[in-house]
Amino acid sequence: MSNIGTPQAATASACDQRYFGALAERRFEIPRCLSCGRWHFYPRLCCPYCGSQDLQWLAPSGRGRVYSVTIVRRADGDYTVVLVDLDEGPRLMSRVVDMPVEQVRIGQAVRARIDATAEGPLLVFTASEEQA
Amino acid sequence: MTTNTSRGSIAILGTGLAGMGHAGGATEQEIIARASCLAIERSGLRKSDIDGIITSSLTSPWWVMRMAEYLGIRPRFSDSTMFGGSAFIADLKIAQMAIDAGVCENVLICYGATPRSVPSSSRINQMRAELDPQPYEHPYKAFNPVSSYALAAARHMYEYGTTRQQLAEVAVAARQWAQLNPDAFSKKPLSVDDVINAKMISDPFTTLDCCLVTDGAGAIVVSSSQRAQALHAKPIYVLGSGFAHWHRQISCMEDLTVTPAVESGRKAFAQAGLTPSDIDVVELYDAFTINPILFLEDLGFCKKGEGGAFIEGGRIAPGGAFPMNTNGGGLSCVHPGMYSIFLIIEAVTQLRGEAMARQVAGAQTALVHGNGGVLSSEATAILSSEL
Repeated sequence: MSNIGTPQAATASACDQRYFGALAERRFEIPRCLSCGRWHFYPRLCCPYCGSQDLQWLAPSGRGRVYSVTIVRRADGDYTVVLVDLDEGPRLMSRVVDMPVEQVRIGQAVRARIDATAEGPLLVFTASEEQA
Repeated sequence: MTTNTSRGSIAILGTGLAGMGHAGGATEQEIIARASCLAIERSGLRKSDIDGIITSSLTSPWWVMRMAEYLGIRPRFSDSTMFGGSAFIADLKIAQMAIDAGVCENVLICYGATPRSVPSSSRINQMRAELDPQPYEHPYKAFNPVSSYALAAARHMYEYGTTRQQLAEVAVAARQWAQLNPDAFSKKPLSVDDVINAKMISDPFTTLDCCLVTDGAGAIVVSSSQRAQALHAKPIYVLGSGFAHWHRQISCMEDLTVTPAVESGRKAFAQAGLTPSDIDVVELYDAFTINPILFLEDLGFCKKGEGGAFIEGGRIAPGGAFPMNTNGGGLSCVHPGMYSIFLIIEAVTQLRGEAMARQVAGAQTALVHGNGGVLSSEATAILSSEL
């Protein structure tokens, strides 16, 4: 039933290499469409909104809000899986860290951080001060 | 409401089940073959009359060719589109298009698997992940598919106040129906507290919010309604059907409380020329307890956000005002990886008045709704004993 921890395809797409390559250099960058102006995630070669291939990779603010959260319960430790809506629009899957898993709330303001893990660089989020 | 000439143009003839619960050493191909032979025989047809076949597999991309070869069928029409668990209801639409176009006459739709007797090896699980990479979700180690549905449940609870008790009631009602079904796998009495206090897997879901992992195979034969009337005493007409898919991964779902069932349901009701109030019995794919709540809303049985209140108080349980998932569902009857073929077979059983202890009195029109992926693909069909 579960596919926890199974390795993914060895062949990364051009966009995967661009995204994870930047993460490895501690930069969080995603594509923004130069035709319609919208940011998207996960990174693609063409804008999923307007179809344009005229894209630019940029650093979003790193600020966002938790759209939904679940706590994965495992014998070796619980952790969160969240969906975060970035202030720029796109939604992505991530994890909220540096706080008790039970206290992560939908609607909570969070800020992106790049952690080094055994499996490579990982984009995570931490609680941030509420913005007006 | 728009209707069109294809309303009720095809009908379901015979159905077959095999290997329910534990297949006892038979392979998935063997139990599918057994279910298929039963369905063909009960259709008043010979195998040589089957000129269309639709099936799909969670593992083999060659599945329709393997099954046709095994059964000794050289189809004039075949399809194996992978929609996940909703596939076999979506297949009703595909079969209808093929039959209406005159490409073929009698289509076998079949599925089965044996994940209980032969659990997938870690090698197979790894292969599945490699063939369907999700590099932007994978690093976060979601316990999928449970966690993806848990995210939808959490959001629904946040937006609409849906409660843990309401989720549990879905599982309890399913169990009560299963107790009336000789083919059902789980029949032990179950309470709301049992569900809530079971082992938490991915909040808010405990083990008992999740569907079974069992063996099982199902098959049906569909034909034009005209031929069906000549072949079978009680053809079950497909009055309308529709399918839709909007995303593959949960992080790409626009609104976690609104599924593509909105679109599949609208298409099915429009083709049938019916509304939710015309439906006597409802069979919804309950992979997780949140699913029927979402689908009741999206299909128009209640307003968005009111699904939790809708199912409360035993309303969907045996004897309740809204008979739903009368075989015990994926939660308590059978769930071999993909489930929607069993929704169709249960609805046909009900509409033929053959459901014994669990029979819904006077059921004439049923809605079946399948779900695939992580609320990714949805398929709806409206079936009736009357044209």
